Amino acid sequence: MSAATVAPATKRVGKYTLAIDQVRIAQRATVVGPREGAGPLGKWFDQVEQDHMAEQPTPEKAERYFLKQAVQLVLKKAGLSPDEIDFFLSGDLLNQVITSSFTAREFGIPFFGLFNACATFGAALTLGSVLIDGGYANRIIIGASSHYQSAERQYRYPIELNVQRKATNQWTVTGAGAALLARDGSGPRITMVTPGRVVDYGLSDTNDMGSAMAPAAADTLLRHLSDTGRSIGDYDLIVTGDLSAQGSKMFRLLAKDAGITLGNTHQDCGVLIYSQEQQPGAGGSGAACSTTVILSYILSEMENTRYRRVLAIPTGALHNPLTASQGETIPCIAHAVVFEL
Amino acid sequence: MDPKRYRQLVQERAPKPNVVRDATRAFLLGGCIALIGQFVFDYFRLIEPTRGEAVAATLATMIFFGAVLTAFGVYDKLGEWGGAGAAIPITGFANSMVSSAMDFRRDGIITGLTSKLFVIAGPVIVFAVVVGFIVGLLRSAFLGLFA
Repeated sequence: MSAATVAPATKRVGKYTLAIDQVRIAQRATVVGPREGAGPLGKWFDQVEQDHMAEQPTPEKAERYFLKQAVQLVLKKAGLSPDEIDFFLSGDLLNQVITSSFTAREFGIPFFGLFNACATFGAALTLGSVLIDGGYANRIIIGASSHYQSAERQYRYPIELNVQRKATNQWTVTGAGAALLARDGSGPRITMVTPGRVVDYGLSDTNDMGSAMAPAAADTLLRHLSDTGRSIGDYDLIVTGDLSAQGSKMFRLLAKDAGITLGNTHQDCGVLIYSQEQQPGAGGSGAACSTTVILSYILSEMENTRYRRVLAIPTGALHNPLTASQGETIPCIAHAVVFEL
Repeated sequence: MDPKRYRQLVQERAPKPNVVRDATRAFLLGGCIALIGQFVFDYFRLIEPTRGEAVAATLATMIFFGAVLTAFGVYDKLGEWGGAGAAIPITGFANSMVSSAMDFRRDGIITGLTSKLFVIAGPVIVFAVVVGFIVGLLRSAFLGLFA
């Protein structure tokens, strides 16, 4: 088929970015653990569980509980039943995105399990927006979850093992967030997305994933700005996913190297979610990190008109424990999503 | 930025561990555990007939302490504070096995607990056996088989 016979894609901006029309975050809900609830953003979350195990026998079941609660809360807030939802897009960090699959089993909504590690929420926002804007759905629920204990078990060591955490280590957020994407409603709009590509600068230290992910975030930011012709000044806030303190430092350095000064415009969900007194190492991480921070604090502050246009860049380290122990480097990804009032 | 240059920058900008503080803490914590071990040993010397039996009873007691502190969720906090001071003594070995047992118990007795019990402690046992074997060989080569 020659190019001439195919109508060109009309909703693309520049080489990578997609323009999204009429998609809103119509409802949103966040459910977090006690540690997150005790952090600086505690008051912004919808529901704070007092027990990180949520009275479940295993951390895997606990994580499932958090995601199910978040989805149910969104449905309840929106006054909708599951059969009024066209798709459920969700992901998590556990093998075969099992938390999301079990959660999807509960609702009977057509489902896609997504894995982009801690950038999963960015992928869900992107694909959900595209499905709605393409006319294939009216309402979509997107979600993501992570749990400190289930993540530690899969990626690191037994919980009670005497390991000394490094300053660059991050703390996996326990919690889940879900949002209702729809054409109607009054929430902030999604106006553009710049999907991420896998960037690997050859770092292999899984104790410093912030530094590994920073180049992916910088790559997506630069492609987004170049596609749209915008500058940093066009945004009230640029919020990265979970680069943490160390990764944020490297992200700023990379931006500066490309001639961009981020200044106070840049914040990071991993830095925002815990206070230093909570000793989270370099900050929070996990699929729930950017999900819960964006769906609570960031979007609420948009509705309070403190921010009018926000560029959110959830970041993810896509390695698995097997490849890491085989000495392979950490492939990373970051998706950019523009929220506007 | 060139990835090689970036990797260099990451190394340069990595937070430096506070070696003096960490080593002091490890020394204090490891020293305290050893001191308790010494008290336990002195006690068993009084009631056990031989030195060998006192050593065995001391090790068993210290392993018990390590296991109990792990079960109550204390030992990992000691490790967070004192690093190698918590990991090196035999209480740390107990911690590595009990913490694995606690985590993998949920995955079943055969497929979880008993098969993953040695997931951290395994290398310690393997290297102890291998080194013991080599040292034994050397000893019998130089001193004769039944010396």
